[in-house]
Amino acid sequence: MAADANATGVDERRSSARQTQSDDVDAAESADDRLLEVENLRTVFHTERETIRAVDGVSFGIEEGETLGLVGESGSGKSVTARSIMGLVDDPGELLPGSSVRFDGRELTDLTEKGYESVRGSGIAMVFQDPLSTLNPVYTVGNQIEEALSLHRGLSGIDATEKAIELLEDVGIPDAARRVSEYPHEFSGGMRQRAVIAMALACDPDVLVCDEPTTALDVTIQAQILELLSDLQAEHGLSILFITHDMGVIAEVADRVAVMYAGEIVEQAPVVELYENPRHPYTRGLLRSIPSTQQGAERLETIAGEVPTPNKAATDCRFAPRCPEAFDACEEVHPVPVPVEEGAEDHTAACLLYPEDEPRKAAVDRHAAAGDEDSPESAGSTGGDSR
Amino acid sequence: MSQQPERGDTGLAGLDCAPGETLLSVRDLRTYYESGDLIGGQPVKAVDGVSFDVKKGETIGVVGESGCGKTTLGRTLVRLEAATGGEVRVGSDDVTELSGEDLKAWRRNAQVVFQDPESSLNDRMTIGEIIREPLDVHDWGTPAERRARVRDLLEKVGLQEEHYYRYPHQFSGGQRQRIGIARALALEPEFVVLDEPVSALDVSVQAQILNLLMDLQDELGLTYLFIAHDLSVVRHICDRVAVMYLGNVMELGPTDELFEDPANPYTRALLSAVPEPDPTAEIDRMTLRGTPPSPRDPPEGCAFSTRCPVKIRPDGSDEVDESTWEAVEVFRETLRARSRTERSLSERARELIGLETRFATVDEVVGELFTDRDIPVSVKEPVDQAADLAREGDEDAALEHLKGELGSVCDHESPEDHAVGTEGRESRCHRHAAEYEEPSAVGPSVGGED
Ligand code: SF4
Ligand code: SF4
Repeated sequence: MAADANATGVDERRSSARQTQSDDVDAAESADDRLLEVENLRTVFHTERETIRAVDGVSFGIEEGETLGLVGESGSGKSVTARSIMGLVDDPGELLPGSSVRFDGRELTDLTEKGYESVRGSGIAMVFQDPLSTLNPVYTVGNQIEEALSLHRGLSGIDATEKAIELLEDVGIPDAARRVSEYPHEFSGGMRQRAVIAMALACDPDVLVCDEPTTALDVTIQAQILELLSDLQAEHGLSILFITHDMGVIAEVADRVAVMYAGEIVEQAPVVELYENPRHPYTRGLLRSIPSTQQGAERLETIAGEVPTPNKAATDCRFAPRCPEAFDACEEVHPVPVPVEEGAEDHTAACLLYPEDEPRKAAVDRHAAAGDEDSPESAGSTGGDSR
Repeated sequence: MSQQPERGDTGLAGLDCAPGETLLSVRDLRTYYESGDLIGGQPVKAVDGVSFDVKKGETIGVVGESGCGKTTLGRTLVRLEAATGGEVRVGSDDVTELSGEDLKAWRRNAQVVFQDPESSLNDRMTIGEIIREPLDVHDWGTPAERRARVRDLLEKVGLQEEHYYRYPHQFSGGQRQRIGIARALALEPEFVVLDEPVSALDVSVQAQILNLLMDLQDELGLTYLFIAHDLSVVRHICDRVAVMYLGNVMELGPTDELFEDPANPYTRALLSAVPEPDPTAEIDRMTLRGTPPSPRDPPEGCAFSTRCPVKIRPDGSDEVDESTWEAVEVFRETLRARSRTERSLSERARELIGLETRFATVDEVVGELFTDRDIPVSVKEPVDQAADLAREGDEDAALEHLKGELGSVCDHESPEDHAVGTEGRESRCHRHAAEYEEPSAVGPSVGGED
């Protein structure tokens, strides 16, 4: 009911699901449980001068009902990852061979555009940062939801209108029966994002990919949208890939977190573990450079330099030029994701310092060997990254 | 800084005060825009009666959500926007009335760093030219002195001398913001308005710029007005904070105190909405209903009254339960949203020929909100009456009726600024008056409270 979803109240969610989730990590490791499985995803963009490796060998999975937070700074490749999953990468971009995106056991990367459309319509839906990029200004909000409903559920006429109103009510839009006939520009920013979420729900998806869905919103409105997403997730058992640069938002919504840097996932762990025990030097630096509302004015720690744009296959650690812990091998060996210590299968870091309980030399060799079989194309290349 | 030309003082006596003394004294400042699109329409009341002091050498933060007037406030202080009323005192001068040489002196001494380094730098000028431009405009020293000054500034903001001949597009966002800062500091201002200076930057780069700003303040004795929507940044860098909502300063006070023990209901709601970078943090959140009203048509009483979770109830409403009362507020919010939308031509045509329009759906709203509720007559009558008015298409009359019958002091009177906490803290809310309970006593706890 519109009135309820919008009502003032104290919100004390913090689902116990998160707890079970992290206790249950062993089960999580079996790929069969995973609704969405991304493996060795490489998305490149060709320009006149170079080939940008926006996403460069990314692997992760999402279980049913789980929220995976994908966090990174601008240029880290997190949004391109989302678009790649949705089949929305166009010229001059392409997925390199060997990239795999499986949804419910089915490979998506070799689908035709038409095949992808049906997946986008029924299995996976996406919510973008800017709702106006999804909404067509010349049609009413209702028309657009009704169109989605007719496409994906075969509803039309009064049935479609009624369902559209119901969806708008579900996402907490008050006075839905009237607002259904309004145009996107008559909605406020927060209401527009609700309408986009209603459109996404029209397809009754299993997975919702949210790309910075609250970044353009004010904080009190962001709170409303985050609450809405969490309610909808509980109600529909949605799996969510939540992409953001905001470590505060990730801490609140995610069950597990993957940290991206320069096209790669450098660390992945259950959310509490990641914040309490970050291992990758980049994650550590990132967490230390956030000012918090809970702390006063000391100097902030910074990470020197800026995020590079990868344009060659990695033969080194892309973070090495900025890493306070870099050592010689970091410039020669490309680290791959490994457990941070023996047995810590749910917590991986792509850094030569890990596994921490392995002798350094052995660990470095392990990374080097894994790198060789992983990307044969990189053999012999001596290039570094532009920055 | 050896090339510093003689300037005696800043050119405005009031600017040469000692650190800690009052540099700017803002009183009942108002900045309204005439609305261009509607004939006889209401002006936009971007800043609507704001008063505070700025102490020399401090960083005062102005926070609030989009449309609250914080940017207009900053722009009015540096005379990029003309004030409609009130004053901005610097010593014996009123900035809003300065002209001629005095205005020039103020402009020299009051600079702005903008949010978006992309658009605030001219892409056809070299970095050297961009930073030198204000020096040229104000005839600062000799050409050789200006070049030397620019090199000096480049170094101060952490850039290299060889950057002098490069163009903005060759720089990253963080470096461009350094250029913007160098330019703002070229004329050795006393007062700098930082308008969301790190909002467009990644966290790791943001930290570098915040550190730079703090270093420059220490070195040059600058006074900052720091405008931001990101509360964690404000907490980090500001000595005092003003919280704005709909053109009003709702609360003002020392940063730590305000964050740990927020007094005003809006401050409390705002702070509780910020997600903490700590997954184990308890979420004890006040979710606000609706969106802020239009600054063209602010509520008559308290600016926050349409969304306030601890709004005072009218006398004699004790028998009405909390959820029914909330339904009344949601009903009013819905009517407000309706009265804001103009009826389209096609809708008027449908009405004329007797077809059903969306305005008929008021019964659904009332039904949804009030059926299955045990509503006392004191509420039922006004709601029915308002529904009748709304059914006839007159939402404004319906709203007036509800306000008259069910409104409280929050709807009818603008709250005063009340002293709260320790010295120098003020909050604009009726609940601080002796006859009402404090916001902290009726709402959920926020900040450092238990
Ligand atoms: S591999 Fe080396 S450079 Fe890269 S993050 Fe680890 S220690 Fe730092
Ligand atoms: S005056 Fe009333 S409406 Fe305004 S903040 Fe205080 S309690 Fe809320």
